[in-house]
Amino acid sequence: MSASTSTPHLPAYAAILRHAVLLVTGALVLIPFVWMVSLSVKPPGEIFRAHFSLWPSQFYGVENYTKALTEAPLLRYMGNGLIVCTLILGLQIIVCAPCAYALAKLRFAGRDLLHGLVLIGLLLPHQVLSLPLFILCYQLGILNTYAALVFPYVVSPFGIFLFRQFFKAIPDDVVHAARLDGLSELAIIWRIMVPMALPAVIAFSIFSVVGHWNDLFWPLIAVRDQSLMPPPLGIMAFKNEEAGNDYGPLMAASTLVVLPLVIAFLAAQKWFVEGLAKGAVK
Amino acid sequence: MSGPLALSSASDERSTTRSDRTSPTPAASSARRRVLKEALAAWTLAGPAVFFLFVLFFVPMIGVFIIALTDWQFGARSLSFVGLANFREVFADHGFRTSLFNTVIYVLIVVPGTLVLGLLTALLIESGNSCRSFYRAIHFLPFMATLTAMAIAWEALLHPTIGLVNQTLAAIGLPTANWLRDDKTALSVLAVIDIWQNLGYAMVLFLAGLKSIPQDLYDAADVDGADLWLDRLCTVTLPMLGPVSMFVVIVVALRAFESFDTVKVLTQGGPGHASEMLLYTLYRESFEYLHTGYGAAVAVVFLAIVVTLTLIQARLMDRKVHYQ
Repeated sequence: MSASTSTPHLPAYAAILRHAVLLVTGALVLIPFVWMVSLSVKPPGEIFRAHFSLWPSQFYGVENYTKALTEAPLLRYMGNGLIVCTLILGLQIIVCAPCAYALAKLRFAGRDLLHGLVLIGLLLPHQVLSLPLFILCYQLGILNTYAALVFPYVVSPFGIFLFRQFFKAIPDDVVHAARLDGLSELAIIWRIMVPMALPAVIAFSIFSVVGHWNDLFWPLIAVRDQSLMPPPLGIMAFKNEEAGNDYGPLMAASTLVVLPLVIAFLAAQKWFVEGLAKGAVK
Repeated sequence: MSGPLALSSASDERSTTRSDRTSPTPAASSARRRVLKEALAAWTLAGPAVFFLFVLFFVPMIGVFIIALTDWQFGARSLSFVGLANFREVFADHGFRTSLFNTVIYVLIVVPGTLVLGLLTALLIESGNSCRSFYRAIHFLPFMATLTAMAIAWEALLHPTIGLVNQTLAAIGLPTANWLRDDKTALSVLAVIDIWQNLGYAMVLFLAGLKSIPQDLYDAADVDGADLWLDRLCTVTLPMLGPVSMFVVIVVALRAFESFDTVKVLTQGGPGHASEMLLYTLYRESFEYLHTGYGAAVAVVFLAIVVTLTLIQARLMDRKVHYQ
């Protein structure tokens, strides 16, 4: 299965060396997280004292986190992120799954052409299209609304691509049997194909939610009102307001923005790794 | 915008008229009706996706080229064709050339750095059996953490007086710097942050590659007397990782080309143009300076680079399939 099955036991010194190196690189990778959390519980005096300590002598976490939550509408930002990510994901699945089913299980003129279009869509980076999309949103009169944050993403070529792959692996007999049972094509998609391709749905959901929760580029263009900002844009606005001087609350806000995905990741590590590795084709 | 709808409704019309007219034998006509019914169902199911693919991808794509080749500006009611004037302006602009040059340098730092560190951690994790998912989780964490927020954490880390980096350097007697405000270091520091973010991603792709190496090859290497870990590494593991490595190079290069968040949050392309990169130039020209034609021309250049890299990637993926 892997290199290690043929070498089940490393010599003791090699095993120790392995742990030593990985612990050091792991610690280095974690430093920004640790520093962020550490500053988020320090009072201003300790942050600006020119000597290093991980834990504050005076715990100031409550003050910093309260300030982060009250001075910036941080909960609002995170609520916006949740609304936008949920809407995008829901619409993407509703739009992409039927198309993927048609591509995987139905024969029709133009199928190869359609598949080709999906692959071309997969190739186009969304940032390149931002100028026309901005104009389109302006024409539709949806700039500076939730709709502007969601609309450009309602179809995902990657979603169609991934669902099609999984649907193709489901035997045709399943579809035929369902038709004999009198199920409509839509019922076949939502009651049989999507549940059977659940791993693909989960992988895609993680890919989509992580991507859109973290996206700064499009929200920066699409919305101006603070009340509509998703977390990355919100925290950038908070940083600019604070002029970067009030580190404690800023770090507290950063910690809170990063936290939901980190918790979800630690709870479902395997799914996250798989879902985001699949996104490599995108 | 009506392209895809027209397409599907045209095929609908054809299907109804044809099934009405032709009825040579009952069996043949019922077979034909089934075929048409399936085509109708397929285009109906794919309809919404096709519509949005056109509205959100293909029409905007054409739009970028139109804007790049005309003198159109935001709010203008008319436009006229100006040929390659926008591209000439872009390439004559010192700012753009710097931005393109910076992006290339940045990618040339990020790709090898990410590749080597990702491969090393993957090999180390696979070489033993204990704590695998623990190490994998730690190294992968930056990849999914919100980069805007983490950039703010990095800024604190790199702060000239109170940052951990300078405090540590000063403590061991090394020279310190104002990392993000010095034109000699700003771009490299952003590259380091990018490597930090993506090495876990490269690691995961390499781990998948390692898992797909057939055990037979290691057994054969054993027979040939390659019993040391290093021997196996050089004779089996690394050669077999060739295709995956190329894949990782392209994926990481694409991500590096698309770097934006750290530039926007940490340096705004500065000091001077020292850390200005393509996507940031595209954003600033298009949406801050409302320099529409220029912005669209930058978008076309950016697209050309990304498409070239992606096509190379698709080529490599095809070849990988052939090998198996």
